[in-house]
Amino acid sequence: MKKLALKAISLPKVHKEKPRFTLPQGIKIPDREKLVRMAFLWPSLLGVGIFFLLPMLVVLYYSLIDNPISHNFVFLDNFIALFNNDAFKTAATNTLTFSAIAVPLAVILAMGLAILLEAKIPFKSQFRTFFLSPMMVPVASVVLIWQVLFSHTGVFNDFLSIFGVTPIDWLKSEYSQIVVVLLFLWKNLGYNMILFMAALSNIPRDLLEVADMEGASPWFKFVQVKLRFLSPTILFVTILSLINSFKVFREVYLLTGDYPYGGLYMLQHFMNNTFRSLDYQKLASAAIVMAIAMVIIIGVLFIIENKFGKDVEG
Amino acid sequence: MMLKKKYFSRGALTVIAAIFAITFLLPTVLTVTNSFMSQTELSANYGPVFDSLKGGATTYVADKVTLKFIPDTVSFSQYATVLFKSPEYLLKFWNSVILVVPIVIGQVAVAALAAYSFMRYRGRAREILFFVYIILMLMPYQVMLVPNYLVADWTGLLNTRWSIILPGIFAPFSVFLLTKFMRRIPSSLIEAAKLDGASEWRIFTRICLPQCRSALYSIAILVFIDYWNMVEQPIILLSDPDKQPLSVYLSTINAGEVGIAFAVAVIYMIPSLLIFLHGEEYLVEGITHSGSVKG
Repeated sequence: MKKLALKAISLPKVHKEKPRFTLPQGIKIPDREKLVRMAFLWPSLLGVGIFFLLPMLVVLYYSLIDNPISHNFVFLDNFIALFNNDAFKTAATNTLTFSAIAVPLAVILAMGLAILLEAKIPFKSQFRTFFLSPMMVPVASVVLIWQVLFSHTGVFNDFLSIFGVTPIDWLKSEYSQIVVVLLFLWKNLGYNMILFMAALSNIPRDLLEVADMEGASPWFKFVQVKLRFLSPTILFVTILSLINSFKVFREVYLLTGDYPYGGLYMLQHFMNNTFRSLDYQKLASAAIVMAIAMVIIIGVLFIIENKFGKDVEG
Repeated sequence: MMLKKKYFSRGALTVIAAIFAITFLLPTVLTVTNSFMSQTELSANYGPVFDSLKGGATTYVADKVTLKFIPDTVSFSQYATVLFKSPEYLLKFWNSVILVVPIVIGQVAVAALAAYSFMRYRGRAREILFFVYIILMLMPYQVMLVPNYLVADWTGLLNTRWSIILPGIFAPFSVFLLTKFMRRIPSSLIEAAKLDGASEWRIFTRICLPQCRSALYSIAILVFIDYWNMVEQPIILLSDPDKQPLSVYLSTINAGEVGIAFAVAVIYMIPSLLIFLHGEEYLVEGITHSGSVKG
């Protein structure tokens, strides 16, 4: 025991000797502390590298070759084939249509709810809880009710028949996306609302008071003051809803299974089928196209927000 | 006059809020009340709905669907079936648990370390890395499942739970969120500890973690909700039906077992509802801080 302890103490002395070699100028060894701080990142970096970054590079590589055995570079051939693929076109159109309907609604309605809860109404915190609760309910748990509501003989049709609308099977009609949009909104509005509530409470009170004193109309106050302060949040909620709208396959799958009505055939359905046939080139090029599309859309949203909300950010 | 108008608009707003609240609560409440209906009562109420859905072709059934809130007779038999007679449902529930719990614990632990590093170490390399994490976080499943599948295939993990758990543990979402929480820790606190000669590990465990305890909790809730609800990953990475979580299995229960399906649906939402009731404030705080991509 004693010996060990002595050894431990005497060890550092060795390092006090002159360094045997000197580093060329300009190259610095980071100090120990910096290395330790960086070491905290290693587990995450290793995992992200192995499970996301490196395979993503392989995906990029796969999207540019003809098949995983012969490895011939074909450059854009896979992408051209993909854009000529009818299933992909349908899936992309459906997904984009869905996003185009669902995302603006998710942003505007959530903002509306947040403003509603900002007004002086009773039972505020209860309302917040109620609006937030769908977020916690697994979609799989409520699809049964959704089917009851929107089936051919369902409640929604009953309600519409009061106005003389002929009943249809909503999930198998051209309006099928509406059913999913409603489920999407039900699920996501609460989260978005919380984000808006936080942003609204951060608007400086005195600014609104000044606007009041200057005799600004509520509409002017909303557009010129509130909306400007909300614009970073609007951007974030839009991006978030966009990502969530890409995830809507989950709802569609649970409602209608593997083979939905045409209007509900989403990009994830396309990917599932391609996974089944293990067509690596198609998978890889589709993933790359979607990644690029995502980056472009988010980039554009950032630019728009930068222009609009510039004067309020410090 | 002015006052009257104010009261009127307040009343109108309350009514609007109430209508929304009812709409939001309805599906959940209906699922719960329906789970106490017997199979015969459910068949009488909804029979046509599920027959036409699972039968594929739409056959028009004249019977009207009656939506009932309160069961004629409260029945517990479907719960008894699920809990005691048919073990497959509990098995799927257990599948969900052993997929989600390691992901939640692992992701929060890995993210706490990484976020500490991102907070303490500032430089150009860090900026770039953090940006990469954000981009990865924003990628939809359709994109990320392809690399995940490839890795699972290479390592022979395909069709094992690890093919979902491992990518789940390293998902960058928590890193992003926790970094934002940790940057709010006053730097004077850390500087003081450093002057007292505390090591980085000590600063991390004694100052950083206690300071963001509520953040860890709220992130754990967010991660839990996300994975408790998962559908995409198991469909692609776990082809063995025996290993699939309840979320996927629920959609395959057929029309003859609607009563059981409702009971299973309720059992499935109990853990997340309990967490919600217990941790709503944390959840709200977590969401609030996810609120800006910048900074």
